[in-house]
Amino acid sequence: MNPWLPFEWIAAVRFLRDGRLQTIFIIGGISIGVGVIVFMSAMLAGLEANFIKRVLTSQPQIQLLTPDQIARPLHKSAGEIEDAAVQRPSQRVISIDQWPKIRGQMLAMPEVTAVSPTITGSVLALRGDASRAVTLTGIEPETYFDIVKVPDYIFAGEARLTSEDVVIGIELAKNLGATVGDKLNLQATGGANRVLTISGLVDFGNKGVNQRVAFVALRTGQSLLGMIGGVTTIDMKIKDIYAAEVIAQRIQAATPVQADSWIATNAQFFTAVQAQIYTNTLIRIFVGLSVAFGIAAVLIVSVIQRSKEIGILRAMGTSKGQILRVFLLQGGLLGFIGSIFGAAMGAAALIYWHAVARQADGSEFFPLILERSLFVYTAILATVTGLLAATAPAVRAAKLDPVVAIRG
Amino acid sequence: MGDGILKLEHVCKAYNVGLPTQVEVLHDIDLELDHGEFLALMGPSGSGKSTLLNIVGLLDRPTSGRLLIKGRDTAILGDDELTHLRGHTIGFVFQYHLLISAFTARENVMMPMLADRGFPSVELGKRADDLLRQVGLERFGSNLANNMSGGQQQRVAVARALAMNPDLVLADEPTGNLDTKSADSIFELMRRVNRESGTSFLLVTHNLDLARRCDRIIQVVDGRIAGH
Repeated sequence: MNPWLPFEWIAAVRFLRDGRLQTIFIIGGISIGVGVIVFMSAMLAGLEANFIKRVLTSQPQIQLLTPDQIARPLHKSAGEIEDAAVQRPSQRVISIDQWPKIRGQMLAMPEVTAVSPTITGSVLALRGDASRAVTLTGIEPETYFDIVKVPDYIFAGEARLTSEDVVIGIELAKNLGATVGDKLNLQATGGANRVLTISGLVDFGNKGVNQRVAFVALRTGQSLLGMIGGVTTIDMKIKDIYAAEVIAQRIQAATPVQADSWIATNAQFFTAVQAQIYTNTLIRIFVGLSVAFGIAAVLIVSVIQRSKEIGILRAMGTSKGQILRVFLLQGGLLGFIGSIFGAAMGAAALIYWHAVARQADGSEFFPLILERSLFVYTAILATVTGLLAATAPAVRAAKLDPVVAIRG
Repeated sequence: MGDGILKLEHVCKAYNVGLPTQVEVLHDIDLELDHGEFLALMGPSGSGKSTLLNIVGLLDRPTSGRLLIKGRDTAILGDDELTHLRGHTIGFVFQYHLLISAFTARENVMMPMLADRGFPSVELGKRADDLLRQVGLERFGSNLANNMSGGQQQRVAVARALAMNPDLVLADEPTGNLDTKSADSIFELMRRVNRESGTSFLLVTHNLDLARRCDRIIQVVDGRIAGH
């Protein structure tokens, strides 16, 4: 006997060892349950991270825009309207009023990690006989690349944006027959015209976007779109991506701009992510419950099988508290041992699945995220589940009347 | 009879008290047991011997009357105090050996001491070895309980009952399931312990031959003491 182990530990371990087959089967059951939880959690976390990376590194989490311009009805006199029908005005591209001040306010918010002013408008890209309508975005690379990871999507060349550079989508480059280093003529509807050098080609994984996207330096964009010193949007990145909508609504209430969150602009995607999180949570709860019931069932059977021995222990001077702890410890040990095997099984399944599961383009289906915290939390959760599941059997064992127990 | 380890005064025991199914098992039992006495308790099946033994062993409480262990009234003791008193004063030997199957013979003997002290120690191991030697099983200490004969298991049970150096050992038909030779051997073992250490024994038995070799015989019939 290990002299460092107290009586309760010794008895708990021996009881588990004595009922070897029962113990092996329940540890197998717990391991499978824990393995499923580890596998599901890590895979879904990976998928979620992948989706979010794809969506949120190619667009801002909150975007501030000029509010829609509206026409007010013309009043003839007090309370009398000239014409009841008011035609909706066309939306001119205009600058956000006092945008440096708003940018300062945004930067002062603790939830915000990056703010970048941009200017967006339509221009015509001309090269030889080919011409394409493109969405021109003038950006400050040093702040914008922190929000939209353009360098991560560079297919060829580099994300260099001096006043003479332009970065365009790969489909646009294909349509114009251009490549890195070629000149591109950009012509704005207002008549402004600039010839820029293609410094890089980007691939956002979306053909429509790749056909239209073109990035230039902010000042180049401002001069082309005829809005010197102006910006049309302020893009932002925040700490908690799931708080984007709440923050956007707060900004909109406090400033004279329209604030769109990624949640609002990607409602379907967000719903899918949320549904995935709920499903994962539900799976974890039900697997956890089945593990708990499994442990409880095995321990109740053990209490019944060992009732005479419990009676003997009580007759020999073992207290109710000691009996209670012997069975609680068995539950905790089953949960802990099961969680170790389960975590190993889950990790092995995850590594295997990560190796074989591939997307249509050959890229990984989900990033392999094996965080230590997942294993630690799972082990703690399984042990606590084991202890909780053992409560009813342990109380039953402690309450056994030794006379009845010994008589059998 | 002044040096009493055990005293029962007007002890009654009934089950299902207050219900139409109320059953009176023991009626007005008066009994004393001195230090070092070896007492046989006899009676037909269902006469209340085991109930009496459970009450004396503090496993059950009387419905009325007083039970004094070493002069201490047990009625006022709580569950934990009773457990402590039982562990330090009384040893049990049951008919069906009832060793704990998960433990070796040596560990079974250590069990009452381990439950009391909380942690195993070299001292506890030595005490267990010594007790196994006393019952002639020094070579069987590492045997699991299930790998021993009935007689050997009962010897281990006797050693276990003596582990806490109790004042009183209660033996409920300890030879009931053994052949004559083993029964005689177990009885002689208990008698020797009684003589050498002065431990009192209360032995429930159907075996008149063994009962005659005790200091005193008490007859229990229909829950009453019918004769000494």
